[in-house]
Amino acid sequence: MPNLLEYTPSGWYCPIGDFFIDPHAPVERAVVTHGHTDHACPGSRHYLAAASSVLVLKERLGPDADIEALPFGQSMTMNGVNVSLHPAGHVLGSAQVRIEYRGEVWVVSGDYKTVAEPSCEPFEPVRCHVFVTESTFALPVYRWQPQSEIMAEIHAWWRANQDQGRTSVLFAYALGKTQRLLAALDPEAGPICVHGAARVFLPAYEAAGVRFPPIHSAEAAEVRRFAGRALVLAPYSSFRTPWFHALGPTSTASASGWMQIRGHRRRQGVDRGFVLSDHADWEGLLSAIRATGAERIGVTHGHTEVLCRWLREQGTDCWQASLVRRWSEDVG
Amino acid sequence: MKLFCRLYHELDSTTRTTDKVRALERYFRAAPPADAAWAISFLIGRRLPRGVTTTQLRQYAAEFANLPTWIVEECYEAVGDLAETLALLLPEPSESESIPLHVLIEERLLPLPRLGDEERRKILETTWRQLSGPERFLWHKLLTGGFRVGAGRTLTARALAAVAGVDPAVMSDRLMGPWQPTPTDYQRLLRGDAVEGDVGKPYPFLLAYPVEGPLETLGEIQDWQIEWKWDGIRAQIVNRGSKVLIWSRGEELISDQFPEVGQAALALSNSVVLDGEILIWGQHGPRPFSDLQKRLNRKRVTARDVRDYPAVFVAYDLLELDSQDRREEPLKRRRQLLEQLLSGWQVSGVLRLSPILELHQWSDVAVHHTLARECGAEGLMLKHRGSPYGVGRIKGVWWKWKVDPYYVDAVLINAQAGHGRRAGLYTDYTFAVWHEGRLIPIAKAYSGLTDDEIREVDAFIKENTVERFGPVRAVRPELVFELAFEGIQRSARHKSGIALRFPRMNRWRRDKRPEEADHLDRLRALLPPETDSR
Repeated sequence: MPNLLEYTPSGWYCPIGDFFIDPHAPVERAVVTHGHTDHACPGSRHYLAAASSVLVLKERLGPDADIEALPFGQSMTMNGVNVSLHPAGHVLGSAQVRIEYRGEVWVVSGDYKTVAEPSCEPFEPVRCHVFVTESTFALPVYRWQPQSEIMAEIHAWWRANQDQGRTSVLFAYALGKTQRLLAALDPEAGPICVHGAARVFLPAYEAAGVRFPPIHSAEAAEVRRFAGRALVLAPYSSFRTPWFHALGPTSTASASGWMQIRGHRRRQGVDRGFVLSDHADWEGLLSAIRATGAERIGVTHGHTEVLCRWLREQGTDCWQASLVRRWSEDVG
Repeated sequence: MKLFCRLYHELDSTTRTTDKVRALERYFRAAPPADAAWAISFLIGRRLPRGVTTTQLRQYAAEFANLPTWIVEECYEAVGDLAETLALLLPEPSESESIPLHVLIEERLLPLPRLGDEERRKILETTWRQLSGPERFLWHKLLTGGFRVGAGRTLTARALAAVAGVDPAVMSDRLMGPWQPTPTDYQRLLRGDAVEGDVGKPYPFLLAYPVEGPLETLGEIQDWQIEWKWDGIRAQIVNRGSKVLIWSRGEELISDQFPEVGQAALALSNSVVLDGEILIWGQHGPRPFSDLQKRLNRKRVTARDVRDYPAVFVAYDLLELDSQDRREEPLKRRRQLLEQLLSGWQVSGVLRLSPILELHQWSDVAVHHTLARECGAEGLMLKHRGSPYGVGRIKGVWWKWKVDPYYVDAVLINAQAGHGRRAGLYTDYTFAVWHEGRLIPIAKAYSGLTDDEIREVDAFIKENTVERFGPVRAVRPELVFELAFEGIQRSARHKSGIALRFPRMNRWRRDKRPEEADHLDRLRALLPPETDSR
């Protein structure tokens, strides 16, 4: 019997079920874990995704994409392979893919975080024989503080900027991080403006029952009207654009796991970095791996060598899938 | 330590000068003098002797955090800063102790070099248990001598001047020289009382800007004093009594490294301060900078060093004469005084005048610029004859016009991850040229690419690694870069037999294939004749 999953140039492929998971190229049938562009590639004939991610995926894959919605925890069969989706806690509707064939269970984690927060379904450990895990932050230097502490830092920064009449511009990934921040910001602290790139995803979140404070548009004229009291949520790609320069005096910050490293913050050229990640930290990864009870671990996306060596030294059987993820400004 | 840590954080989270000065001012008003004195010392770049090797520090930290050393190394490669890596890896502090900066320095850091390994480890572990993450980061920076923050001498002087209610230039003067990081000297700095040892202190150096645009825009050529730009060590000779002190631009005393210069300067009249350049002089002019480094690196200079590497001081300015500060007088007058002072001296002596190039047309200046290298200089200096001797880098007073660099097309063969803001990216490269059908490494270079190019090369390296040796990746030799460099010397230490001075990437030659890179012979042809170095 072939492996239930194998890594091909187009991504993870299930030869028995004849489908791909998060393919990087158009295929006949794709299971998509979540809507970030490095996982949701447009052009495939049929998609399968978690029900709560469909609205988000339509933004990314186009309104006409053929997306079949599968509620979390329910299963379906593809060529005799049993497929079900389970919350990964990364962004709204992000899923781990569980596949079962003749009693053998594999789980592909997609991107995940183990800490629960209100903007998405919390991560759910799934027992399996083989667990394919991401490893974006698989180094012990990555240790996240509780979200409440980071939010307190963000609010303190916002207030200090208000005292100096500077607009607070907080760069965050348009899908996921922005909504997570928005759900945790205190509307009493001042006006909140959201860049158009992130606003398009709000209806999907609201449809899933996530509550947001009232928001304003991030058009420069609107932001300037608040004379330095507003906090603007925008993607990093908007930094130093004409729109940004029209905002008047600003203080800038990024919210991302990469901000744990001072060099990354300095490279971005922002004043402050807030360490808030939608990925699991070192301990989060190790505990998630343990919770699966898996006999074999496949490691992708990130510090694969490090995590593999660590797991092997702990006596766990594992292998590296050759998926290199480069440091990028937005993901994390 | 908490206050100092907050100061660091504030300085680190803004690029606005006014914000930085304000943060510094707040700190100096709030900090106890014993702490503030140390803070100034670190801010202006003074270093302490290392109390622990980085190898030991890594090992102790790894054991304290209960991690294998290999993963500490992996983390270091991703973080690009040892102090930060260890701060992030260590377990949370178990005691919440607030330790004043001066206690940390005086009772823990300074004794370290004298202690045995076990005692040293004990001090480090105690301190780790007591300091928070950000405090540990600074502690490691101080331990390894790598403390740096975006506020140097100028901003520190501005903030202290505001606290003391004096002019920033006055405070810059006070910060020069040998004051000690003690509460007493801190108060003296603020009040302006003479500090012990002040009698030998130098003046802040005036620094030059690179020329911009055509020379004609500088106006009348008669208004400019034109000299060679020497490729040596900028230095001040201070003679205010029986003792002569020689200060480098980094405000380090280098008298011991150049005893013959100090000896010669003893014969100067009492109370004189000269600005100039120290060079190693051979039969045919200045010798390569590497010869000067040999003298600088000596802890004790022997008679043999003095004979083999004879140093001279080429004087080009006079800052003090007969106990009077002459910096406000125009350059023309200072030059007159300097010429009078050295009039009886031999042109070939240890102390000599930097000659003025008598040029009457800007086009002649351009011709001399092309001759600079042959004359052992690295370019020209243009100094305004009417200008006072100011503090620091001032535009329009001194211009430097360096000679054009040399170029070579070389192939990227090895890469290592960068540090600081380039952490996690492969930015430190080794380059090679062809020799007898093989690629021979000739230089390492780190700078010159744009951020976008760095990212592209980084991706290439990750996808084209053929072998890893620890942190170094050998890559498929495919990319060609044009390197610029300032000079070339023989080197027995390098396989290629040559060493380049200041190599950096000038541009990415996407149009060239690796076979089209340069050959070693072309570089060797640039070497000065061997007899010239002695």
